[in-house]
Amino acid sequence: MVAKPVFRTCGFTGLKIHDEAEKLIKINAVTAIVVLALGGLFGLLVALTRWPTVHLLPADLFYLALTAHGIDILIVWCIFFEVALMYFASAILLQSRLATPKMGWVAYALMVLGAAITNWKVLEGNSSVMMTSYVPMQADPLFYVGLILFAVGALIACFIFLGTLVVAKAEKTYEGSIPLVTFGALTACIIAIYTISSGAIILIPTFLWSVGLISHIDPLMYKVVWWGMGHSSQQINVAAHIAVWYAIAAILFGAKPLSEKVSRCAYLTYIFFLQIASAHHLLVEPGLSSAYKIFNTSYGMYLAVLGSMIHGLTVPGCIEAAQRRRGFNNGMFEWLRKAPWGNPVFSGMFLSLILFGFLGGISGVTMGVEQINIMIHNTIYVPGHFHATVAAGTTLAFMAITYFLVPVLFGRELVMPGLAKLQPYLFGLGMGVFSLFMMGAGTLGVSRRHWDMAFSDAPHAFAHAPAAFLMMGIVGVSAVVAVVGGALFVLIIVGSVLFGKPAVPPAPAAAPSPVASYGNADHVAVPGTFALALLFLTMFVLYYFVNWKYLASTWIMS
Amino acid sequence: MSITPPEQKVWFNEPVEKTEVVWVLIALTWALIMFAMMPLWHLKGTQNMSNEAYRIQPDVYQARVDAFVEKYKVGEEGHAKTPVVRPPAGSDVYMLARLWEWYPVLELEKGKSYRLHLSSIDWQHGFSVQPANINLQVHPGIDEVVTITPTDSGDFGIICNEYCGIGHHTMLGKIRVVAGK
Repeated sequence: MVAKPVFRTCGFTGLKIHDEAEKLIKINAVTAIVVLALGGLFGLLVALTRWPTVHLLPADLFYLALTAHGIDILIVWCIFFEVALMYFASAILLQSRLATPKMGWVAYALMVLGAAITNWKVLEGNSSVMMTSYVPMQADPLFYVGLILFAVGALIACFIFLGTLVVAKAEKTYEGSIPLVTFGALTACIIAIYTISSGAIILIPTFLWSVGLISHIDPLMYKVVWWGMGHSSQQINVAAHIAVWYAIAAILFGAKPLSEKVSRCAYLTYIFFLQIASAHHLLVEPGLSSAYKIFNTSYGMYLAVLGSMIHGLTVPGCIEAAQRRRGFNNGMFEWLRKAPWGNPVFSGMFLSLILFGFLGGISGVTMGVEQINIMIHNTIYVPGHFHATVAAGTTLAFMAITYFLVPVLFGRELVMPGLAKLQPYLFGLGMGVFSLFMMGAGTLGVSRRHWDMAFSDAPHAFAHAPAAFLMMGIVGVSAVVAVVGGALFVLIIVGSVLFGKPAVPPAPAAAPSPVASYGNADHVAVPGTFALALLFLTMFVLYYFVNWKYLASTWIMS
Repeated sequence: MSITPPEQKVWFNEPVEKTEVVWVLIALTWALIMFAMMPLWHLKGTQNMSNEAYRIQPDVYQARVDAFVEKYKVGEEGHAKTPVVRPPAGSDVYMLARLWEWYPVLELEKGKSYRLHLSSIDWQHGFSVQPANINLQVHPGIDEVVTITPTDSGDFGIICNEYCGIGHHTMLGKIRVVAGK
């Protein structure tokens, strides 16, 4: 006999909230934030070691901290938060009960157990194999077991999300199509299922190899399959944080999509094309043909890039349209100037959008070019790129929506509202500068995952350009700024959940009513957004061709 | 709103406003230009990855490198006494990666082409020529052949940029490019 689901009505949004779903969202989100704090601490240690004048940790601890930082942030933090988002986007937004909440707890337990085992093995010091864990470098067998358990837990969560969609449809809790945000979460879920399967396909044999049951794993094949998980796992983040952008635009401005068709088709390009684009990690790999590389990174990737460029217009576009409807109609940018820049929900979201697009997007597409990658592969440019996407993009977007969720789900007001205003700027701008100068140092040849850029104990001498040392110093300083921003976030959220005053919903439900009826060809024009999009394109084109020019000046090779 | 179901049940047939259509077309055009650049650079550009690679047993590769060093050795360098090898222009030259060493030191002539073989005999390593900024991945069991023509003279550091264990940061080799006669 299944207990009858219990619901409450949210005073802030008027949404019907399923009790069990709410508990699961809270526990997954809180766990995510604890992991963010832990992973961020490792990140600080890594940054302080790569800051040449500080050079904090000895080599063995540096690689240990780097492995822990990568796994905890790139996988554990992001996926725990995404599980919370998936439950929110299904049960709460569709005002349905969550399918099989008991399995939700099983999924949660598996993910916690897996993450704990992997962290334990990394901290023990014999599994410093980095996020990528390429064979034939070997980790402790339990390192792989932990990752597999975590993946199985996440996979169960994905199926609970899909199950909830089925339940909501069957019980008719909504009419017509699922909301765009839920559609974005569905995209993330489909990519997650593909990704996790790919991870299982490679990690299970690797585990068997580590305990001696399989004698050999081909390193080249390992990498091809591994990256089927590796990069796609970051596309879960992209799909999820774009859903968060749309959600925040709707929550704060009552914004409707400019066109449901265009936004949803942009999501579809992710599902269809991003998965096969993972070959851009293998561009300077021996043994793969250029035809394969070009097919994957052009046909595959560019159509997905098209999807991202569309979201880049439609997300700020729907905000502009909503603001113009409300009367902020003077000139090109009054809608943007009069936006609530002091509200961390908005500032976090908009900084995430800008930094993800201008820094993460442009650098990612450029380094994904078969030939240009020769200058970038495994340099510190690579972490520069993915801190712009995952830290300044995904993490900042998740922080922004958390500021909204604390009063709604925990019923608490934010503590330290003044610092909360500042927090997205510290974290976002710190991460932005950090990423930019990492890319600069990478262009000067500084390598990633490297303890000593001065090569003190090496058998030969080589000195990087002084500018490279200066840039790595700026990287260190901006990392500290970003970490202060990240720590403030954890402090504010944990403080609010534990000690915040009970939040009182405003008298009439604060749910912004949709602003008039656009969402089709009749919506107001969005000239400001279009101008920003053209600025983006100009920078993209310039940067892209500067890199070709730079490539043409290096040694001739074929 | 984006967090509620679309107002129009059949949203797919709603017309799309001009700004969006224009932007989609611009973005698509740009994607096609980027696509064209890669094959075009294979035809017109001078920096391309080779597709030449062979499966090879690590001990076989090691034997080839030893024979190559034996034949063309001109001296030793560094505190590990790495042999310096000066092969003739146009020939097959070898670089071997292992924990934590690039072996041997190559002396090449500026403006001359060489068929450079790269392989590892243990783990994966990263072949990063600095400051020329050429970065290639080196695999155990695969003999990768790239034809290179150095365009500047001087000493170039070969940094390992694929993490390969605790001594990774000491894995620094050298290619010396000398001006041609």
